[in-house]
Amino acid sequence: MRTKQAFITGVAILAAITMTSAVPGGGTVSGKVTYEGTPAKQKPIDMSKEPSCAKQYATPPPTETVVTGPNNALENVVVYISTGAPDEPPPSQPAVFTQKGCRYIPHVLALQVNQPLQVLNEDQTSHNIHPLAKINREWNKSQPPGTPPIVDKYDKMEFIPVKCNVHPWMHGTFAVLKNSHYSISSADGGFSLPDLPPGKYTVTAYHESYGDQSQEVTIAGSETKSVNFVFKAKPY
Amino acid sequence: MRANKSMQWMFLAAALLALPSLAIAQQGEVHVGKVTGHSGAGKQLYYRFCWGCHGFRGDGNGENGPYLNILPRNFVAATFKCRSTPTGTLPTDEDLYNSLGRGFNNSNMPGWISLTKQQRADMVAFIKTFSPRWKSDKPGDPIAVPTEPALSLQSIQHGKELFTKLECWKCHGPEGRGDGPSASTLTDSNEQPIRPYNFAEGSRFKCGATNHDLYKIFMTGLDGTPMPSFADVIKPEDAWDLVHYLRTLQVTHKSPELTLWMSTKEGAEFVKAQKVGGTPTGSGIKQ
Repeated sequence: MRTKQAFITGVAILAAITMTSAVPGGGTVSGKVTYEGTPAKQKPIDMSKEPSCAKQYATPPPTETVVTGPNNALENVVVYISTGAPDEPPPSQPAVFTQKGCRYIPHVLALQVNQPLQVLNEDQTSHNIHPLAKINREWNKSQPPGTPPIVDKYDKMEFIPVKCNVHPWMHGTFAVLKNSHYSISSADGGFSLPDLPPGKYTVTAYHESYGDQSQEVTIAGSETKSVNFVFKAKPY
Repeated sequence: MRANKSMQWMFLAAALLALPSLAIAQQGEVHVGKVTGHSGAGKQLYYRFCWGCHGFRGDGNGENGPYLNILPRNFVAATFKCRSTPTGTLPTDEDLYNSLGRGFNNSNMPGWISLTKQQRADMVAFIKTFSPRWKSDKPGDPIAVPTEPALSLQSIQHGKELFTKLECWKCHGPEGRGDGPSASTLTDSNEQPIRPYNFAEGSRFKCGATNHDLYKIFMTGLDGTPMPSFADVIKPEDAWDLVHYLRTLQVTHKSPELTLWMSTKEGAEFVKAQKVGGTPTGSGIKQ
């Protein structure tokens, strides 16, 4: 009787372990990120001090600190599972961060803990890549045109502001996360976290200017749960 | 007999009490040359000389902090400007020891050469107790500094080309006056305004005075400031050429490089244009 119980518990634990990793056909959390209030206006970036970049644009590109879309959509919000999902080993595929036209592409780069990071310079000017890490190590490297990619990785979860000191308008974010369940809100504010095994999760949304907020969600089977986030916009 | 036994117990108790403190003492030790620094002794010195600026907890928030225009170092963050180690790594004990003795030019941090070597080593040991990084990370491997090649005009000329090519002038200015197009926008990692070094003013560099120090500064970068590391993008022989050229920008500081540069027409004209009545002119940026 006792052995049987132990056996069942063992199987249950095993099942729990196998089920916590991503399963295709699992549940999905999806929704939209919006703002209320008046967000700061996206202003055109003055790149006149860097002609090699300025000439790449017919009209000056706008700042990306807060990027909004129609129907109060908020872009560039990192939506991720902060609790409920186990830490995952990093993918071998590098996360690529490109400097092009004196901007960061993508503006927000999500990557996993210990996933290789590659920083490329496709511009005709020198950049310095200065990720202002507090929990991870802060470093600052120069990358003149035509030099090989900078390769690095981060071993702790953190949202790291990235800047180029030479071109003060260049700002970006590295979102270093513990698992692969993340999504960055698109131009319509939409995000989707698929392949979630059944369980209780905390879904967190992080925006570089507006901070973060979380919601609890329970997934049973292959359902799709709708979760929406509304950030209070500040006009400055 | 009875007294003997209780004595034995007391010895045992004393030994047991001493064990953990011994272990701590070993953990809080640093070695600089032949000197071994102890954090226990350093603690007393810290709370006498350092905490007014660097704070009770070593976080740089001492009571004098608000009055200083370059904020005191935050030892909890453990990001240090002057290192012999690559960017993003912890400095060696010797790096910290040297910084402490040298002080930081253009800031309120004096050089603590009035203290003994032992005292400075003790302070370094204590400073390292503020951040858990000293337990989780190891200092980086110091970058190799090859022997300085002989000075030549070609070397200076090539250094000049590199100064343009690597865009040092974007911050340090075309004549090295610290007045480049990006200079006014620079902030350190605490979002405090920070000035690039003005070579024309000729003061000692933040992390030392020698050519060797200058080489290290741009190879390691000054962590926590906008000055990046060039270790991955400059070859050692090119780095020495850049060192030779940078010396010629220090028009108020006598050096073999400046003397050689002034023997050329181009150099003489440049230096003459930089000086009016023996003082550097230009943007007026004072360090």
